[in-house]
Amino acid sequence: MKYLHLVWAALFRRKTRTFFTIASVLAAFLLFGLLDSVRTAFAQASESVAGANRILTMSRISFTMSLPQSLLARIQAVPGVKEVAYANWFGGVYQDPKNFFANEAVSENFFSVYSDFVVPPEQLAAFRNTRTGAIVGEALAQKYGWKIGDKIPLQATIFPQKDGSNAWTFDLVGIYRVADPKEKNNEQAMFFNWKYFDEARQFGNGAIGWYIEKVDDPANADRIANAIDAISANSDHETKTQSENAFTRSFVSQFADIGLIVAGIMSAVFFTLILLTGNTMAQAVRERIPELAILKTLGFSNPGVLALVLAESVLLVLLGGLAGIALAAVVVPAMSVHASGLLPDNVRPNTWALGIGLMLAIGLVVGVLPALRGMHLKIVDALAGR
Amino acid sequence: MSTLVEIRNLSKVYTRGKQKIEVLHHIDLDIAKGDFLALMGPSGSGKTTLLNLIGGLDTPSQGSLSVGGQRIDSLGEGALAKWRSEHVGFVFQFYNLLPMLTAQKNVELPLLLTKLSAAQRKQNAAIALKLVDLADRATHKPTELSGGQQQRVAIARAIVSDPDLLVCDEPTGDLDRQSAQQVLELLQMLNRDHGKTIIMVTHDPKAAEFASHTLHLDKGTLVEQATQV
Repeated sequence: MKYLHLVWAALFRRKTRTFFTIASVLAAFLLFGLLDSVRTAFAQASESVAGANRILTMSRISFTMSLPQSLLARIQAVPGVKEVAYANWFGGVYQDPKNFFANEAVSENFFSVYSDFVVPPEQLAAFRNTRTGAIVGEALAQKYGWKIGDKIPLQATIFPQKDGSNAWTFDLVGIYRVADPKEKNNEQAMFFNWKYFDEARQFGNGAIGWYIEKVDDPANADRIANAIDAISANSDHETKTQSENAFTRSFVSQFADIGLIVAGIMSAVFFTLILLTGNTMAQAVRERIPELAILKTLGFSNPGVLALVLAESVLLVLLGGLAGIALAAVVVPAMSVHASGLLPDNVRPNTWALGIGLMLAIGLVVGVLPALRGMHLKIVDALAGR
Repeated sequence: MSTLVEIRNLSKVYTRGKQKIEVLHHIDLDIAKGDFLALMGPSGSGKTTLLNLIGGLDTPSQGSLSVGGQRIDSLGEGALAKWRSEHVGFVFQFYNLLPMLTAQKNVELPLLLTKLSAAQRKQNAAIALKLVDLADRATHKPTELSGGQQQRVAIARAIVSDPDLLVCDEPTGDLDRQSAQQVLELLQMLNRDHGKTIIMVTHDPKAAEFASHTLHLDKGTLVEQATQV
């Protein structure tokens, strides 16, 4: 710590240059904070602990292909299956296409299988008794200012009504909450009665989007999945049954490989940052060769000079990087409200940890060559300006 | 007086590309403890090279060099750095202060290598600055000081860790006559009142008059033995 003032003073020897370098590091880590938060949100969406005892069955060909309703009874009969629910993707739009959120037609027992979605009993009863009833997540209700009793109009993008109209209206009868704070992004969905959907839709009647099975023990999930898939083997509706986490991963991957995109963008950003910051450090040390020679003259050892220059470059990146992620921590919650669950409500600790690790690594990488130059300088040559 | 610096058969050869340049030839020299020695000679005569060797900034190609009874010609780079921090103070022609630090912090620099607490370092630096009559400029940065004042800060930095030996390379070379006079009187006071052994390289015969002895170097050889002033 006693050398900190020396490192600090050296860093701000050229204030303008240091300010611009810190600003570019800040921009890079702000981007990192935002993108890694998106990646984390997607990764966590597919790692739900609550979903460990659920498996999902869908068409082996594609998520968009439906399955016959007749499978329900046969799946229920598979040993180890405690309960079976089903759902269809609706894909409706609220007021404007940019208002994207998941909306699905679900079976009556859906919330029994998804017991981690907590719905007050009287609201659940209203859902069962109201043909056009819908239940939405608390976060989604807050986002659009919905309250129980409201009518929610959705514009269908896939399923028109029998009269050809795309306008569907639902009665909000319940609001579900997710108890685990890490799973709050699951409060961004809307569920309504499958029976109403099936009776009113123009085509595809009787077809199921996917089945959700609650199993007796997660350890038996593979065996049960194989048994379910065996029911439809060699038929025209072969199924693929997998864990909820695997299903979510494959669902998310239909949009894009978020991890790969984030890694690609950040690699390019950090590569540019290394060149930029490395240039700054090289220039800073080149200018200070006589000063480093003086430090060595006074008795600073070679490793001591190496450590001073490395500390300077690490501090440079840390100042910009920490400010960047701190700014992301301000921006992410603000964006999260409008991101339909695609962003967490804050920058997660693992993003901070990864970011700090990257800052240290980049600081060391950009500082190592200038530091070695400082370490190996010959005092008499440096003082003579050679 | 006992001998502080003992030099025997000292040579220094520099290699520049394929060319070898012998800068010092077989120097033998004793410098007594408490001496104030002026080294004079034309440019390229080897004065600064000899000073750098005595100060442990460079190592000889041949011969032996002892300071305070310790052979420094055979010390490794790390040991030599530690030895310099404990035994030698340096004063250069262009002051060589760190521009981003205040006078106080510049003077404290050598003390960072000691086990002194921050308060002790501050106190010692304040005493050194007072000794060079710059206590009121402690918070000023080098650019806010005149050349003479900067050189006095450099002298405070050189003496703050209480070394046995001060090596001064043209300490008045960049100063006006009045500032040079002040710096030389300060060095003389440090020699006379505080017992510091001082070796000073200079081109200026008037500066050399402040020393108790003068040696002349020419083409890497001592051409005149110590002369009592």
